[in-house]
This record gives sequence, structure tokens and C-alpha cells, in this order.
Amino acid sequence: MSEALNELGAYIEAKRPDCVLGWDIAFGELNVDVAPANIAGFIEFLKTDQTCKFATLIDLTAADFPDRPKRFTVIYHLLSIYQNHRIRLRVAVREDEMVPSITDIHPCANWAERETFDMFGIIFSDHPDLRRLLTDYGFTGHPLRKDFPTTGYTEVRYDEVEKRVVYEPVQLTQDYRQFDFMSPWEGAEYILPGDEKGEAK
Amino acid sequence: MDGSKFTDGSHDALAGEQKIRNFNINFGPQHPAAHGVLRLVLELDGEIVERADPHVGLLHRGTEKLMESRTYLQNLPYLDRLDYVAPMNQEHAWCMAIEKLTGTEVPRRAQLIRVLYCEIGRVLNHLMNVCSQAMDVGALTPNLWGFEEREKLMIFYERACGARLHAAYFRPGGVHQDLPDALLDDIEEWAFHFPNVLDDIETLLTENRIFKQRNVDICVIDTNTALEQGYSGVMLRSAGLAWDLRRAQPYECYDEFDFQIPIGKNGDCYDRYVMRVEEMRQSTSIIRQAIVKLREATGDVLARGKLTPPKRGDMKTSMESLIHHFKLYTEGFKVPEGEVYAAVEAPKGEFGVYIQADGTNRPYRAKLRAPGYNHLQSLDHIAKGHQLADVAAIIGTIDIVFGEIDR
Repeated sequence: MSEALNELGAYIEAKRPDCVLGWDIAFGELNVDVAPANIAGFIEFLKTDQTCKFATLIDLTAADFPDRPKRFTVIYHLLSIYQNHRIRLRVAVREDEMVPSITDIHPCANWAERETFDMFGIIFSDHPDLRRLLTDYGFTGHPLRKDFPTTGYTEVRYDEVEKRVVYEPVQLTQDYRQFDFMSPWEGAEYILPGDEKGEAK
Repeated sequence: MDGSKFTDGSHDALAGEQKIRNFNINFGPQHPAAHGVLRLVLELDGEIVERADPHVGLLHRGTEKLMESRTYLQNLPYLDRLDYVAPMNQEHAWCMAIEKLTGTEVPRRAQLIRVLYCEIGRVLNHLMNVCSQAMDVGALTPNLWGFEEREKLMIFYERACGARLHAAYFRPGGVHQDLPDALLDDIEEWAFHFPNVLDDIETLLTENRIFKQRNVDICVIDTNTALEQGYSGVMLRSAGLAWDLRRAQPYECYDEFDFQIPIGKNGDCYDRYVMRVEEMRQSTSIIRQAIVKLREATGDVLARGKLTPPKRGDMKTSMESLIHHFKLYTEGFKVPEGEVYAAVEAPKGEFGVYIQADGTNRPYRAKLRAPGYNHLQSLDHIAKGHQLADVAAIIGTIDIVFGEIDR
């Protein structure tokens, strides 16, 4: 299996050296890093090339890495049901960068790109209808960014007096529990309560 | 065409009634044929659908965000709540992703139990789909009969893991507990009896005039649409493409089983109904084969190691086991850094889990790929030109559950 993937990776790199920044095989899966500007053309190539024939877009998503200069990684999963192989494309983009939409090549990218925009705030250029998808009407913020709190900012309830649903800032009776499992011996980066006194002297 | 202009360029005198414009209606969010909370904005020209804009997200619970702050094991029950019609198939994908990351080999008995319960899940799903689609087009009885069988299957779920719906039975490294022999006997008895029930349901539907009028030649899907819209499962196969992950990229021990995969000829709603019924028969056959194999394959159901709890007996005598148990259920296990995508052939199509692990006990990013998501997305494309009444049949045939679409 991985031999065939090796061949495929080398083939793709040889065919489109301008798009492929690097590729590797991990856990039996082929990963290809692609430059953002070329992604649409590259996916078109993967779809039409007879050796690749990646005709199905399985998934399009992103991940947020706030520490990296290129904050977001957009991830494409493609499947070829003719050749029976899969590929994963990774595109690193800055926060202010736009990614070309691939809705012309794979119409099913429409919602996936809308969702990625909704969740991460990544803008896809030339998308026909880049509205929010999963969040509430009138929602602000991008929930899957790492700096967005899991509890969100607003909560809703039905108000008996006003006879409608009202939005209020979220109020927690206790903090959202984010356990830190890093042991102090393995390099935890925080000061335990009480330890700050020790440094004062 | 607003009816006021003729081809020769002449105009009708405009009376108020003649100004016809397209009619927008809201289908849902509360509609019995919407199979959940779907708000569908339909633009109608008379009774013909011109545009369908599904508004999803009314059941959005932020599963992927929640997963980032929980351990791998704590995340497992969330998978049940996606496609709540066939919960264990989702857990399966999650477990497979973790096993791929950690390189865990699942014991044979556990693999067989997984196959058994995945196929039960497939029957659960298709029963629900076939029968509720029949109800959408006007037949009430199949739904009642179907739910009776679902009830029996739910009891098998309950006897295996204690829960009827949200099972949390598949665990990374195997399944939570072994099955008692009596349960296997009962499932086998059910599997011998079930094809008769299918025959009964088929006598109600397959040659039923009304059912055929509502389904034949409705929502015809060709190969191109199926590929472009990212279809999988029955939707893809109805377009004549022979693709089933159980066969193409076999996982667990599906390659040992003898089963057929029905492929559609016409790609319409009726084809998909027939295919789903046939898949149920095939699943029943797999269930029977799995039970025969399970009687021989006695052994452990969990790959003992860091991923799984120690045996109860060990915990009574060994301090290390006790510590391991405590650490596992509080801190959880750590998985190596990396990213994997694991997919299973869920009843609705390809259900995939993409995990980005950063070496801690929690996923850095988890993405759940639901088959119904792409199917519903294409509704605008496939419903265009159909009548309003067909929309109910189309929503029924694309087999959507909002738990997995909205996540």
C-alpha cells in the first residue's frame, strides 16, 4: 500500500513541481503540502489526471495554529474511487490571506467552504455564496479558532415578560473546566497558587 | 415568465391578479417530513421547485469544539449523538482513527463483535429510512412494523452495553464488554426471522401503486452528479457506481464475509428503496455469519495495554492495575503526534473521522465527516424542477439525520 502511495507522491511532485511544496507518507496516508495560490489548479489536475483521478472531494476543513506565522491550515481530503486511493492536501495560510474557492471543480465544496469560513473566518475567494452555515443567524466570531472560548459569549433564554427569546452575555456559575494534565515535572508553564511568594524574596 | 408577456412582444393589460411572481415558502424548521430540524426555503413557480436553500445548523452543538477540551475516551459518547439512528457505526470510525494513530491491533473476537453491531446498526438505519420514507409519501403501516423490529434490535444494543441508543460500546482497542452466549442465540433467532418481516414490509410497498407513483423516476441521479456532489453509500451506488468501503478498503474482518452489494440501475428514489431493502437482507446474512464465527472465536475483546482498562480481577490484586485504571479514566491515554483520517461505510455513506493529534491526551482538532452533509447540500441541485410534494420524497431518500449534519 505505502509503495503505491510513494509512487503516487513522486509522480504528483514530478508532474506539478510548482504546486507541491513537499509530501510525506504518515500512518499509511499520503500528505501533500500545497501553495495557496495554486490549490485550485492543483485540485483540477488531480481530478483530471488519469493516474490520480481524484474525482470525489471527501472533506474540506481547517485547523488553527495561533503560534504559527501562517495561522491556518486548510485541509482537503480527496478520494479516487477509480484508483482506490486517498490523498490529503494541506495549505498553510496567513490570517489575512484568501484561499481560492474550488466550488467550480468540486461543487460539493460549497458548504464545506462556508462551514470553514463560519468556523475559522478563512475567506474563500470567488465563492458564490459565502454565508455562515452552522452558527446562529447574526452570530459573531469564529468558534473553532483556538482563542474562542468553548462556552461562547452569549446565551439565549425565553423571556416571559417580553414573550420572545432574548440574547444575554453568558454567565457561568463556575468556570468551564479545562483540566491541565501536564505534570509539574514535565515542564508545566504556570505558577502554582502560592509559589509566587517564593520568588518575591 | 410572469405571464404578462407573449412571444410576439405584446402585453396583456395588467390586472392585479396577473402579476405572478415566484412564491417563497418555508419548509420547516418543524415539519414531520423534514426528518429533524431542517429549515428549507423553497422558491416555487406554481408547484415546481425553482430553488431550494437548506438552512442547517439548528441542531449545531459544537461537537468538534467540545472535543478539543476532552480526552479521547470522553469524546467517544459524542459520536453516538451524531447519527443517532445507527450510533455504533460512528463510534467505530472514532476508534479506528485512534487505533491507526497508536498502531493497536484489535483482537479477533472484538472485530467480529464490531462487525455484528455495525450490521445491526445498518439494519436499524435502513429500517428507519425505508419505513419513514414510506410514511412521507403516505403509508403509515410500514413505519409501525419497522419500529417493532427496531425495538428488538435496540434491546440487543441494551443487552450488550446497557444503553438502547447512546451505546459507547466500541472502545479504542476493542469493545467494552464481551457478549453473553444467550445474546448471540437470540440475535441469531432474530436474524432467521427478520427476512420474513422484510417480505411483509415489501408486500406493502414494493408493488404498491401509490408508493411507486411517488418514487419511480423521482430524483434521478447520474454518475456525474454523484461524483460532483461528493456522494457516498447508497446514494452513490444508486447511480451505478460500485463502491463500498467494506469491499474496496476493507476494515476489521469484512474481507472474510460473504455478501453482495446492490447497485442501482435507474438512480431514482425507488431504486434506492429497493437497494436499502436488499442491503438489510445482506446485513442479516452478515449477522448470521458473524455469529457463527463468534462462537468459535473465544478470547479477549480488548487489546490490553495503555489504551484499555485492566481486567477487573487484576485490579483487586495488583496495585499497578489499579493505578492504570485510575489514570486511564482521569487523565486518559496519550496518542502520538500526527494526523489520520479513518472512514467506515456507515449506513448513510462514508463516515470519516479526521484527528489531528499533538501528542497529548486530547485531540488538537477533530473533524467529523458526515455523509448526509453532502447529500443535503445537493438538494438544490436535485430538487430543482420537481414538484413540491416530491421534496418530501427526496428528503426521505437522501437519508438525512440532523445530528450528523449539524454536529
